[in-house]
Amino acid sequence: MEKYTQGMYPVIRKQTLAREIYDYTVYCPEIAQAAVCGQFVDIAAKGHLLRRPISLCGIDREKGTIRIVFEVRGEGTAEIARINEGDMIDIIAPLGGHGFDLLDKSRKAVAVGGGIGVPPLVPIAQHYGKNITVISGFRSAGAVILQDDFTSAGAETILCTDDGTAGRKGFVTDALAELLEREKPDIIYACGPMVMMKRVAEAAQAHDVRCQVSLEERMGCGVGACLVCACRIKLDGGERYAHVCKDGPVFDSREVIFQ
Amino acid sequence: MSRSKVTLAGVELKNPVIPASGTFGYGREYEKFYPLSRLGGISVKGTTETLRTGNLPPRIAETPSGMLNSVGLQNPGIDHFIAEELPYLKTKDIAVIANMAGRDIEGYRVIAEKLDSTDVDMIEVNISCPNVKAGGAAFGVSCEGAAAVTKAVRAATKKPVMVKLSPNVTNIADIARAVEAEGADAVSLINTLLGMRIDIRTRRPVLRNNVGGLSGPAVFPVAVRMVWQVANAVKIPVCGMGGISTWQDAVEMMMAGATAVQVGAAIFNDPYAPVKIAEGIERYCEDNGIADISEIVGSVEPW
Repeated sequence: MEKYTQGMYPVIRKQTLAREIYDYTVYCPEIAQAAVCGQFVDIAAKGHLLRRPISLCGIDREKGTIRIVFEVRGEGTAEIARINEGDMIDIIAPLGGHGFDLLDKSRKAVAVGGGIGVPPLVPIAQHYGKNITVISGFRSAGAVILQDDFTSAGAETILCTDDGTAGRKGFVTDALAELLEREKPDIIYACGPMVMMKRVAEAAQAHDVRCQVSLEERMGCGVGACLVCACRIKLDGGERYAHVCKDGPVFDSREVIFQ
Repeated sequence: MSRSKVTLAGVELKNPVIPASGTFGYGREYEKFYPLSRLGGISVKGTTETLRTGNLPPRIAETPSGMLNSVGLQNPGIDHFIAEELPYLKTKDIAVIANMAGRDIEGYRVIAEKLDSTDVDMIEVNISCPNVKAGGAAFGVSCEGAAAVTKAVRAATKKPVMVKLSPNVTNIADIARAVEAEGADAVSLINTLLGMRIDIRTRRPVLRNNVGGLSGPAVFPVAVRMVWQVANAVKIPVCGMGGISTWQDAVEMMMAGATAVQVGAAIFNDPYAPVKIAEGIERYCEDNGIADISEIVGSVEPW
């Protein structure tokens, strides 16, 4: 039976990637062994009842580490960001019943990310190497993160910013549309704002390309017991609620009913 | 764990700690952390007559020392529970408390009748869910409604019946007396307190259901007060809950009059909370020379 692990683990590296965006490497061999691409961890924030779910940006089984990159969005994540190198961090992991499905690395993949939705795409890029194009979008140059990670993985990168201060000006979905006119990948992965993922899903469907999206919803337990993180899913011609923590966070885009 | 064994409405619990309905599913997820046999009982996710899809998300909002939820009784229905979940739970050496809610009196009767022929150990009747429009809290806020549900369930089953009370009432002791008079074997309290949060940027409620039930440490003092009032008003045992997150909270709740306790929101912060509380209670007994934890039930000496 699969096991969930909860424990205190040392932060061995902390970096600031952009304003209010932090990059932690945590030493937790048992979690690193069990975790797969697309899963998430649930982190305790001192003084807060609810943990904060954060997706995995890296899994290094040899070194026994995981990497998480998150943005301070409220008091809970601000509290987590006060944890420093050498401090312990309280983690439940690995969570998520369904991560990204990785095809053979010789296949052609495209990953599309927006803002703080970009970090979970890093392990995907490391898997496909030169056979992936990563299209990532940010508000402006100051918010751009993780481009070096994609490049060093061997991925082709297309950087977009809303204001054109870095890369090309415009939305990731425009860049994706242009790419899909030129070539047909075997799979598209997307993580970011709901409206972005909806457009990526539409483009994928129009070009008959398989597409997986990583969803986000406010969570309670993180393990599938409390049923708060509901998302609408098509099933057998009808609709039902799936739960992001247990049934996802990654779903086939054709299943998801985008709001 | 011999010192902390308790009996709740005739049901033996190896310790007085029960994960509260709605916070623990049917236990399957938490079996991935520890064996369920370390707990006294489990109050399963509230079961209705037929499948319920629940409310639109967001269904949760954090609050100071607590949280609001508006799940809306999402569950696969009583037949699914009996066929798919109960057999699994019955292999886990843990008392199974079937939490249930009807749409109307007839619904409560039908579910109770179905549960009567199963091997659940106890039925917990939810007359206090704040998140559904029909039934639920509508029955729990009046003595007449609470009594009518209890009467119907009592007539349909010989199982121990525990009625879960709403704190969103003027006098919870009156409701407790009303369900006791109709044959309830125990009462459990408190369900969540109705609350609301608003996102000041969007001027929209954080919960899609606008309002939801408040739980977590924030409600603990309210729960202790209500358990104390109810324990002094009825002869049947009280199962206390509401914001318990440590063994000290559990001991306090028992001193207020609770025979056993349920733990809910604390599990979201620490999945091991119910186990730690159970172990803490046992240790408390050992350290204080208490042979039987039941000695402390209702032992508070009011000023």
